[in-house]
Amino acid sequence: MAKRDRLSGNEAIAIALRQINPDVFPAFPITPSTEIPQYFASFVANGQVDTEFIPVESEHSSMSAAIGASAAGARSLTATSSCGLAYMWEELYIAASNRLPLALALVNRALSGPININCDHSDSMGARDAGWIQIYAENNQEAYDNMVQAYRIAEHESVRLPIMICQDGFITSHAVENMELLEDEEVKKFVGEYQPENYLLNPECPMAVGPYSITDYYMEAKRSQAEGMRHVEEVVLNVAEEFAGISGREYGLFEAYRMEDAEYAVVMIGSAAGTTKDAIDKLREQGEKVGLLKIRLYRPFPAEAIAQALKGVKAVAVMDRAEGYTNHGGPLGADVMAALYRARSQALAVNYIYGLGGRDVRVEDMEGIFATLKQIAADGDAGETYRYLGIRE
Amino acid sequence: MAADITKLGVKATWKDLTEGMIIAGAGTSKEFNTGEWSTDKPVFIEEKCKQCLLCTPVCPDSCIPVKDGKRGEFDYDHCKGCGICVKSCPFGAITMEGV
Ligand code: SF4
Ligand code: SF4
Repeated sequence: MAKRDRLSGNEAIAIALRQINPDVFPAFPITPSTEIPQYFASFVANGQVDTEFIPVESEHSSMSAAIGASAAGARSLTATSSCGLAYMWEELYIAASNRLPLALALVNRALSGPININCDHSDSMGARDAGWIQIYAENNQEAYDNMVQAYRIAEHESVRLPIMICQDGFITSHAVENMELLEDEEVKKFVGEYQPENYLLNPECPMAVGPYSITDYYMEAKRSQAEGMRHVEEVVLNVAEEFAGISGREYGLFEAYRMEDAEYAVVMIGSAAGTTKDAIDKLREQGEKVGLLKIRLYRPFPAEAIAQALKGVKAVAVMDRAEGYTNHGGPLGADVMAALYRARSQALAVNYIYGLGGRDVRVEDMEGIFATLKQIAADGDAGETYRYLGIRE
Repeated sequence: MAADITKLGVKATWKDLTEGMIIAGAGTSKEFNTGEWSTDKPVFIEEKCKQCLLCTPVCPDSCIPVKDGKRGEFDYDHCKGCGICVKSCPFGAITMEGV
């Protein structure tokens, strides 16, 4: 039986973690993710979980300890934001190349500088090539649901890769929303026990982790690692299907919102998708054929499925909540445009940078984007493909 | 379960590698040919050898086996070709290109 509650995104993640009861949680606080270990520490103090909670001296250490614990055979995780993620950089690659299925509850925040504590995706976008699975949420419910599904994906025997569960700093992490929680027992049963094949604390079979790979091996090692990623899409869909069975909530690689006959589409990640849906509902009432593709799984990037979903579209705006400094746009823009190119799409595509450092995105902003897309299709010309939304000129 | 490293070698395909490059199981260095990447190898000239055994302890990879007080042929699967043994032999019983 589902329980209705009103929770912030951070509380929702912390409750999911209480229900999962992981073995080891090393943590170092950073805004806006601090509440996750804070709430969790109270569960530890109250004896509601038997997790080993390790307060460490930095994010470099929290990720290192999570990696060490995972290699030892524990189900581990940590949480962070922004510069905290940047300080984990070295370890992110190590977790992935060692095929350790640990989790990171990431609360997206702008990277300094200029120093800013509000939401954008520059932190996780910078880590997009680190070999981690990245899943994003639009709202608190999705953040909770993604966390519950995380270990089933990461630990799957054909995957075995670390997973980043991302939500938007403050917008979902601190805003309180009505949501549904699963029963503790349901989550426990769904997530199951972690049973690694090999682990450091196994006295029957000692093991070496992270051996040096000379030039003769390094490329083959990376190719082998990529194999895990190739299985992620299928596993994400299978886990989502099973999750729908206990929750009634359906998830995919992305959400296609009113895309059936859409001629103008927006592709984006995170909380601004909710704003975009409002704009779409309004425009649909006026007869406009508009829709949204909200990316859930960003790494690996489901390029073929995305191109397929955008097949009938005349013009598309890809929204990046991070700069790429390529002079051509942001990372999501590059990924979506490459997907369209490979699918020989005829759609005219533009890429917007928006919402940096917590800049608000309003329904009118998104209505304006759809008006621009309509004009682009009418002109048959995308014009400048690298744009900023709502910048003061 | 101990990792199967029998296929490991510089000719191994990516499918032959262990997941995450982990090596499960102990004492695996014997099975793994650590010397296969070296370009030069020492040559043992048995006639010149006095069996003084000065070379054996200096080899960093234990590649000069001793049996019944006498050294035998090099273990080329693990010899990395560093040439230290060549320098240690007072009787010119070990030669190597470039040393
Ligand atoms: S060359 Fe180096 S590794 Fe090879 S036998 Fe001599 S000392 Fe040992
Ligand atoms: S040092 Fe030279 S002479 Fe002495 S045992 Fe080794 S090879 Fe033989």
